[in-house]
Amino acid sequence: MSDPLDMLDIAKRLRALTPARLGLGRSGVSQVTRDVLHFQLSHAQARDAVHARLDAAALAQAIRAQVSQFDSGPVLRLHSAAPDRTTYLQRPDLGRRLDEKSRSALAPNEGGEVDVAMVVADGLSALAVERHVPPLLGLLLPRLAERNVAPVCVVEQGRVAIGDEIGEALQARLSIVLIGERPGLSSPDSLGAYITWAPRVGRTDAERVCISNIRSQGLDYEEAAAQVERAVTEAFQRRLTGVAPEAHRGLSENL
Amino acid sequence: MPFSHTIGNIRYTFANLADLLAKATPLRSGDVLAGVAAESAEQRVAAQFALADLPLQHFLNEQVVPYEQDEVTRLIVDQHNIEAFDPVGGFTVGEFRDWLLSDEATAERLAALAPGLTPEMAAAVSKLMRLQDLIVVAAKIRVVTKFRTTVGLSGRLSTRLQPNHPTDDPAGIAASIIDGLLLGSGDAVIGINPAGDSVAATANLLRLIEAVRTRFQIPAQSCVLAHITTQLGALEAGAPVDLLFQSIAGTEAANRSFGVNLSLLAEANEAGRSLSRGAVCADGTVGRDVMYFETGQGSALSANAHHGVDQQTLEARAYGVARAFDPMLVNTVVGFIGPEYLYDGKQITRAGLEDHFCGKLLGLPMGCDVCYTNHAEADQDDMDALLTLLGAAGVNYIMGVPGADDVMLNYQSTSFHDALYLRRILGLRPAPEFEAWLGGEGFERLRLEAKSPERLLLAAARLLK
Repeated sequence: MSDPLDMLDIAKRLRALTPARLGLGRSGVSQVTRDVLHFQLSHAQARDAVHARLDAAALAQAIRAQVSQFDSGPVLRLHSAAPDRTTYLQRPDLGRRLDEKSRSALAPNEGGEVDVAMVVADGLSALAVERHVPPLLGLLLPRLAERNVAPVCVVEQGRVAIGDEIGEALQARLSIVLIGERPGLSSPDSLGAYITWAPRVGRTDAERVCISNIRSQGLDYEEAAAQVERAVTEAFQRRLTGVAPEAHRGLSENL
Repeated sequence: MPFSHTIGNIRYTFANLADLLAKATPLRSGDVLAGVAAESAEQRVAAQFALADLPLQHFLNEQVVPYEQDEVTRLIVDQHNIEAFDPVGGFTVGEFRDWLLSDEATAERLAALAPGLTPEMAAAVSKLMRLQDLIVVAAKIRVVTKFRTTVGLSGRLSTRLQPNHPTDDPAGIAASIIDGLLLGSGDAVIGINPAGDSVAATANLLRLIEAVRTRFQIPAQSCVLAHITTQLGALEAGAPVDLLFQSIAGTEAANRSFGVNLSLLAEANEAGRSLSRGAVCADGTVGRDVMYFETGQGSALSANAHHGVDQQTLEARAYGVARAFDPMLVNTVVGFIGPEYLYDGKQITRAGLEDHFCGKLLGLPMGCDVCYTNHAEADQDDMDALLTLLGAAGVNYIMGVPGADDVMLNYQSTSFHDALYLRRILGLRPAPEFEAWLGGEGFERLRLEAKSPERLLLAAARLLK
């Protein structure tokens, strides 16, 4: 096996080629203090992102500042049937449905069909939503100017499929769910966009289009907005989203 | 047929075998989510008492998923070997546990018993076992498989080198492979989870591993963990396919959601074997095991294909699928699925040891992806504990991921360093062929060339053309 000095030299060069944690030093066979602490920091940030509570009022205000320019009406604040994070993490079924109060709050807005239900949910990273949704909407809403977009809904403790119930209640032809993705060790603030044609309770993930990894080190806002617009245009042409179920390591991530 | 057990003046009844097994299962979030878990701690123990008194013979008469509806059940029933079952045929589940722990249950007898056990029997007895029971019995069982290395020998611990990259960049993947090899990783397989699932990309990644392998004469096997049909496409296109991978589960419907069935797996096994790419191994015979399966508790529920059966019993049924194809490698990806199935470090730890035990008891070469996601209540300390326990239990292999951080699949597994730790603390060595390579010319050449990795990667790229 290589001696540690060799490794240090090789490490830097290998590390330029991948975001993976390559060329870590060794003390005995174990990792050195600095690398252990860097890992712990990344994990701490990811954990904080998972457990951070969405500041829905502030987010709604930031969104309102964007939508007022494009006249998409008020911002609705909703809550899933999962009362808190601990429940949310163990009961994906509750995170996919609205609570009683939210369901009735949606009722007055039922005013005939709309083209697009725009749903913002904290998912597994409130940080991602707070950071990326206002600027993304600022670029996305003008691209959807020709379509009738329902008032933006901000949902606490929501999963992707909550867009199905909201879309159904709003009689929307299509839903866009912007949601915080499961934080990776190097990406605590990754945002995903899920586009679903004919949102109805019971849709599966295979019936959606997903645009993933929207963050500063990933897909930038301009490109993300363009991709969402393309997916929406295609959905209206095909009157369909999604394909056959994908085998993603066999296991659904169940956002 | 209802089962019952009375504690004090409460008579607990269980509607059928599936209900009894579910209620007897140590607590985990996935069974609660499915609505099959025990409703109280006392009810759980009552179910365990009732299960302990159940004759093993009963498992031959009642199936948890109907025979007519499910090809996995048909496989289990049709391939059951009654002669192999005979030595334990008179036991209850509780007596079976005692026998497994006894000195009567030698390595030879346990190996001979495997085809006589159904997955449900293995799951049932595991539900009556504490962690130390799961460890002490599993440690008696060696399941040895061969391709270019021999994996699973006593006193050995192998690793799957997992050099994933978020965009399948060949240089990035090659860099991770080199880093892992320099730290003694890769003797179970060098296996890439690709970001995309295309025949062309799969074939290219296989050629990349092949280039590194042949340049440094490494006794190792490759795998690109795309969908099985994609790998078969690459094989037909002439790509250098060593092992064929697929995720599998314990019901026909769950396997359908993965896009596979038993006949497709058989076809893949045959296609892989027909290439005869294995080598002469340490014992002088040629390695012919080509299948690589991954499993994990909760996958059937996740696919809405669980038939009201608890997730651990279904996981054991996935091993029933795996053993029909004499695989080279099988590992549970125990903490990958998330907290809605295994909530915290405690649940992940138990599940990992259950899976390893059940797989070994059924005759499988079990490894484990000791892992967790960032939304589970777990951290590196939990992984260190499970890793060490699995080492004591004689796990065939673990994963080797740079710094334990998989930058493509976004979860934490075990690092190259973790494997070195386990080898050192338990006195374990790599597979014999790989161990010899680490002390030979091929490794020396890798060390020298790795000093200017850019040149090495260029060389790999040239070989690709």
